[in-house]
Amino acid sequence: MLADVVLEPEITYTRPAALADTYTHYCPGCTHGVAHKLVAEVIDELGLRERTIGVAPVGCAVFAYNYFNVDFAEAAHGRAPAMATGIKRVLPDQMVFTYQGDGDLASIGLGEITHVAARGENLTVIFVNNAIYGMTGGQMAPTTLPGQKTASSPCGRDVEATGLPLRMAELLAGLPGTAYAVRRSLHNVKEINRAKKAIRTAFQVQQAGLGFALVELLSSCPTNWGLPPLDALKWIEDQMLPYYPLGDYKVADGVEQL
Amino acid sequence: MQTDLIISGFGGQGALFAGQILAYAAMDEGLHVTWIPSYGPEMRGGTAHCTVVISDDEIGSPLVRNPAAAIVLNQPSLDKYEPLMAAGGVLVVNSSLIPRRPQRTDLRVVEVPANALAEELGNVRLANVVAVGALVAAAGVLSVEAVERALAAHLPERHKHLLPANSQALRRGAALAAAALA
Amino acid sequence: MAKQLLKGNEAIAEAAIRAGVQAYFGYPITPQTELLEYMARRMPELGRVFLQAESELAAINMVYGAACTGRRVMTSSSSPGVSLMQEGLSYIAASEVPCVIVDVMRGGPGLGNIAPAQGDYTQIVKGGGHGDYRMIVLAPATVQEAVDLTRLAFDLADKYRMIAVVLLDGSLGQMMEPAELPPFADGAALGTPPAWALTGAQGRPKNVVTSIHLVPEDEEQFNQQLQARYAEIARTEVRCHEYATADADLIVVGFGTAGRVAQTAVKQARAQGLKAGLLRPITLFPFPEQRLAELARQARGFLVVEMNAGQMVDDVRLAVSGQGRGGLTPAVRFYGRMGGIVPLPDEVLGALKALAETAGHTPQPSPVSCLPLDGGPVAR
Repeated sequence: MLADVVLEPEITYTRPAALADTYTHYCPGCTHGVAHKLVAEVIDELGLRERTIGVAPVGCAVFAYNYFNVDFAEAAHGRAPAMATGIKRVLPDQMVFTYQGDGDLASIGLGEITHVAARGENLTVIFVNNAIYGMTGGQMAPTTLPGQKTASSPCGRDVEATGLPLRMAELLAGLPGTAYAVRRSLHNVKEINRAKKAIRTAFQVQQAGLGFALVELLSSCPTNWGLPPLDALKWIEDQMLPYYPLGDYKVADGVEQL
Repeated sequence: MQTDLIISGFGGQGALFAGQILAYAAMDEGLHVTWIPSYGPEMRGGTAHCTVVISDDEIGSPLVRNPAAAIVLNQPSLDKYEPLMAAGGVLVVNSSLIPRRPQRTDLRVVEVPANALAEELGNVRLANVVAVGALVAAAGVLSVEAVERALAAHLPERHKHLLPANSQALRRGAALAAAALA
Repeated sequence: MAKQLLKGNEAIAEAAIRAGVQAYFGYPITPQTELLEYMARRMPELGRVFLQAESELAAINMVYGAACTGRRVMTSSSSPGVSLMQEGLSYIAASEVPCVIVDVMRGGPGLGNIAPAQGDYTQIVKGGGHGDYRMIVLAPATVQEAVDLTRLAFDLADKYRMIAVVLLDGSLGQMMEPAELPPFADGAALGTPPAWALTGAQGRPKNVVTSIHLVPEDEEQFNQQLQARYAEIARTEVRCHEYATADADLIVVGFGTAGRVAQTAVKQARAQGLKAGLLRPITLFPFPEQRLAELARQARGFLVVEMNAGQMVDDVRLAVSGQGRGGLTPAVRFYGRMGGIVPLPDEVLGALKALAETAGHTPQPSPVSCLPLDGGPVAR
């Protein structure tokens, strides 16, 4: 006689509590969603959901506050680091992070990001680098690659006229207040897993009060690059990685032990 | 009754502090008072002046164009303010540093060798206080005693040991003015 | 508490501290720097936040962030620095987080100079940033008033979830006068952070502070809410100082230092037999338009005195337009000095006498503006 076998469903994955149960406005194939999920998972795993305050940028992630289940402020373009400074200084026990794109962080907000790093502000910054302005429709960013065609560099970025792209992880790593500055990529599973570890470290750096922590994430923009999603991931690997090498540019004393 | 005063000199001569002493004394006497410094970019060596308005009534305009009394601690200050003085005004001139005499004849001029007297008292930095003593004695807006009390009450703690020297400087200036105008 | 001889900038700083300001962010600029320096000393002593920002732009955005936590926060600056803050002010106003701004005005435009001026009236009172927002604007004329209005600024900012500005010129910031400081605000009175504040979503749904309303209908509705609040403030929060207006048929209008100078001129005019009076607006927004309209019924002329080329005068014109006897408009003249020059009482008296001679009892058509050709003071 056969015994009745009841198969209990095994839950292998659930939406992180720190991620809101809602649709996003991101384009199909965009890796912002992956970056959001990683941040939310880290917040959950570290048990920080009820004591985290995020600051959203101006750019594609302008509505990030709708997608996270934590307190959130929406900053003016480029000013998220200054706004986060104001929050963190008043509420030092809260975990404060900004989520910024390349136009926001590396162009209009270069002054603000540089000074929070210089001050060693205890903040975590998630920097999404997709080498283009997304929200406004694909214009040249400070991170646009040499020769890359965009709506405002239709013949390809002319480095004679516009200079070379900014490597923000390296630049900010050069400042003494920076405790942690790394570059990761979201173009395949292996790199996504490495990115999550880095995000976790960046939050732990803040928890430990070690100073400024930045994770730069190479990210795809299929719509504005004019590529199908998979080709866009390949474009990260083929085009972006040579100019933006992945790696740890600053790991201050004490970060390794976290 | 309202008295408009100007105190002027090189930066570092203590013109602003001299004005503050008068402002403190006026406040402690229950009078209305307004003190405004020049706040130009010069930190040391440039001209520095302040205006003090003392009144027994609410002070409307805090500005001084034709002062009833003035202390000029250096030559540029004399050149600038002599023509602006109200007729009959008291002009205290630091004769230690100013070689020329005022030319106007409708002023009550008190020439005080403020630096020399201060050096006699052992501290050239008291020249401004000597001049203040001369001014209050000549202008009569406040008593020497009121200024002395203000010094005692408001001199910063770290400078309190200088109080006797300050009092002496004040009285030397006052005595000299009284003699000059007698 | 006894009176102390206080410098305007430092008196405002101490008044803010006693009002319970928890965080100050600023950037050095003359003639307000003493305020920043005072905060640099005092705030850490009290375990509160002081941070010198890398720019006024960063400072106002730090204020924005700190204000999101529901604590009392402030910054201070002077005209060019306040220009740089306009972006943040528009965002803060649109996010409905309260904060206090102190603008110690200097001569402009451009780098201008550091002498006292009132050229920021339009920028501050009309909203120098983009969009339809207002800030509560308080204009002290003495050090004591600067102390009192600083406390009021925090109270009004919290009450209406708005920016409150203390607007003064450089001479008042630099001036020392006897003034009495209020006691420290009761910690309990400051209360726990309001329900909307960002404090970490512990045991409650998340809070969001944003200035985005992407759907036009939502944005319009939000703007209507703001406008309703501004209208309420215009009804309830007007403050002004009057001197000898009861029987006056010539009214001088000036704010801050210009108003103070004008009061001396009014006294002199009275001594010479002119029936002059003074209205000194203390709130520039809300503007005392109702009171000016009432005075228009008894006045044959208004003289507006400002340390600029004529900014508030437009608001006086609007307030008295058609409010004179028979629905006509009394004469409105302007006397101003620019570049950091403070008008003297006898200049104002001269302008007042000119007004007295020309402003008949028959109300006149709206005055025509003209600028002098000789580069002298603007009189129109």
